[in-house]
Amino acid sequence: MSLPGSLELNKRLSSWVEIVPKGIIKLHTGKVEIGQGILTALRQIAADELCITLEQIEIISATTSEGLDEAVTSGSRSVQESGLAIRHACACVRSLYRDQAASVANTHAQDIVVEQGVFIGPQGPIGDYWSLYKCQLLDCDAWMNVELKKTQHRSIAGESSLRIDLPDKVFGKPRFIHDIRLPKMLFASIVRPPSPGARLEKKSIPRSGEEVFIDGNFLAVVAKSEFESNKAAAYFSEIVQWKIQGSFPADIKKFLKNAKRDQSIVYQDGGVDNQLWDLQVDFYRPYLTHASIGLCCAIARFSNEFLEVWSHSQSIFRLRADLAVVLAIPVENITIHHVEGAGCYGHNGADDVALDAALIARKYPEKPIRVQWSRADELSWGPSSSAMLVNIKASLDKHGKIAHWAQEITSNGHENRPHGDQNPGLLAASHISNAFNIPISRNPPLSSGGGADRNAIPLYVIKNVCVQMNRLLEMPIRTSSLRGLGAMVNVFAIESVIEELANIANMDSIEFRLDHLTDARAKAVIQKVVEMSDYKKRQVIDGYGWGIGFARYKGIGAYCAVVAMIEAGRSILVKNLWVATDCGEVINPDGAANQVEGGAIQACSFALKESVQFNSEKILSDNWDAYPILKFDEVPEVQTSFINNQHLSPLGVGECSTGPTVAALANAIHNALGVRVRDMPFTVENISNA
Amino acid sequence: MIHFTLNGQPVEVELEGKTPLINVLRDYFGLFGTRYGCGQEACGACMVLIDGKASYACTVIVDELKSCSIQTVEGLGNRDNPHPLQKAFIDEQAGQCGFCLSGMLIKSAALLNANKNPNESDIRTALKDNLCRCGVHNRIIRAVLAAAKDLRSKGALDKADHQ
Repeated sequence: MSLPGSLELNKRLSSWVEIVPKGIIKLHTGKVEIGQGILTALRQIAADELCITLEQIEIISATTSEGLDEAVTSGSRSVQESGLAIRHACACVRSLYRDQAASVANTHAQDIVVEQGVFIGPQGPIGDYWSLYKCQLLDCDAWMNVELKKTQHRSIAGESSLRIDLPDKVFGKPRFIHDIRLPKMLFASIVRPPSPGARLEKKSIPRSGEEVFIDGNFLAVVAKSEFESNKAAAYFSEIVQWKIQGSFPADIKKFLKNAKRDQSIVYQDGGVDNQLWDLQVDFYRPYLTHASIGLCCAIARFSNEFLEVWSHSQSIFRLRADLAVVLAIPVENITIHHVEGAGCYGHNGADDVALDAALIARKYPEKPIRVQWSRADELSWGPSSSAMLVNIKASLDKHGKIAHWAQEITSNGHENRPHGDQNPGLLAASHISNAFNIPISRNPPLSSGGGADRNAIPLYVIKNVCVQMNRLLEMPIRTSSLRGLGAMVNVFAIESVIEELANIANMDSIEFRLDHLTDARAKAVIQKVVEMSDYKKRQVIDGYGWGIGFARYKGIGAYCAVVAMIEAGRSILVKNLWVATDCGEVINPDGAANQVEGGAIQACSFALKESVQFNSEKILSDNWDAYPILKFDEVPEVQTSFINNQHLSPLGVGECSTGPTVAALANAIHNALGVRVRDMPFTVENISNA
Repeated sequence: MIHFTLNGQPVEVELEGKTPLINVLRDYFGLFGTRYGCGQEACGACMVLIDGKASYACTVIVDELKSCSIQTVEGLGNRDNPHPLQKAFIDEQAGQCGFCLSGMLIKSAALLNANKNPNESDIRTALKDNLCRCGVHNRIIRAVLAAAKDLRSKGALDKADHQ
């Protein structure tokens, strides 16, 4: 047995909870706000377990110098890892203070109750966390068998809570990293090469009044204002010459099929060799990118060999380790503060820009260097989510049950975050003269949900299953994590095949799914979404289509089922989505609904519109016209619902709706047009070629 | 020296004429609510009202500001005295990362100035060039509908007061 979540790695109570004067308890977390509302949810958990009000908690995100290392804020794991750790730690704190109250009042701890932070004994109030404050009381480790509040006694976790961060954003207060201004700050812009392998022709750099920073093929201009640095960067981009080397594949599918690869068996149960397949089909998705609305930004300041960085990285400790390697300075000499950026939806350029700033800052001691990427850099130089091919072969037995299932996934890795090893993958590290080759992207292990193989093992009960993965060892386009990693494509593929098999078996596809599931929670979300959407009474109207998609995220996370209703006119317009989710205990119902709906709408954008465009030399989709995302007049109405399972362990909801939504759209297109679309995005062109 | 009105106050700036308004707001006046997203009039994060019209602060330059009246998100309202839109955005929890919200609020304010009773379709059309990546669109639509209703009832009250 071990302590829950991140508490096992950070057992000391005082690293999580700090009682400070004036009726405030400081709560520390190593997870960071990326627009998902995590700070709000964690505050709810803590307030509830400590028996105090929300307003009495001040929540503080990590800094490497005085904070918790909770690795990466990703994978819908923050409630499980940080939330459950905080709940347990707060229960320990409450218990310690109850003992303290008991000794003050000379009574038994079990006779004391806590209300609004006040410990009340048989004779009345004894004191609160602040009046009972005892120095070093929390300088001890959490222990296993602490009594947690019972589910039915929780009053804050489980009720909708307003987002802590939203007022600043609605009233236009400085809150984002972009808004920080420090004394003596200088503003830098990067002049990127036109393509990854391009080499700077140094002679072409004009002698001008501008401050220029050059290190190998890394070129930046430094100025006293953002306007001047942007202007200088635009000027230099026009003038500076590069020796270009084309390196991007002309045909992505061919590249996926032919590139050097590392083959592995993800899962095998029974045998699938020498089958007569009822179905053999390929699914494809091109490269996608994060397309944040805000730009990647960082500030770095060197003084006396110490580096201080402000960053919106999701993994500040690992970023610190990577910066130490590239800059060849001790890791102890670096401090990174997390500051909110715009939503990132995975590993975008947040870490890269921190290195940009640090490289330049070394030349300007004592001066904070602020780097903000351009829109073009944001869309073309951040990591992409790998293009993927998924091949599925399946056959039915004579009873109409799926007997054999073979799935083969081909993709670059989906993880290239800072790792703190000797081979940093930060962008500028590959451009400086002492260059590091960008490592070939990896996949997280299946125990953490996998990468390209995420959600590749069907939850459906099938006698013989083999799932195989080909991780490519050539990486022309830098890839890393985007919301859900491989789950989006695997769920799209699996749920399309399930529909096709149901059709071959001459069965209703809902019944077919339920027939192949034993997990009651899986069945319940499917039944729920069918009921919410009145799916069984859906009207058949020419040009309209209905489809369903289902998955349990990562096989171990939240259950989610989606019904989509679309209009197939000149393009595909999603009219309605119904989303049923079972994530166990819901901490903030409104926040969870916001996440699930946001994920579903973003999935419509991925599915219908998005694709990174490039020629042999450069990425062409470097502006919003070339990389369009879903707009207001294309957004469906969305209805969400959660299965009431407050007594079950909470599961993150940030990524669970993506795959099922894409699948539901593909199935709805088939329903409307009779066409089985297997290539994303579901554009007119891809549908007519299907 | 260029004179204009900023959030109701007369101001003057002495800056290079080609400086974009967004840099003036953020770095000269310290008004960080206007967010920079693309610099190409393509996302709407930087919108401000110029003489009541929703405009892209990333491309309007100082030279064009003479005698203009500019209103930023900070000028709409504050915590103590929020604009009905700001109140409605919080009531509806219409935000995730929040980076697009200043532009959404400004564009919605321009809509409500022109149309006191917009329906959902009017709002979708008005906001279609403002990008949101988190998928908060439906909450924003509900917030604008609520704010419009709020404004109409306030307008009716004001009218009653005058009679």
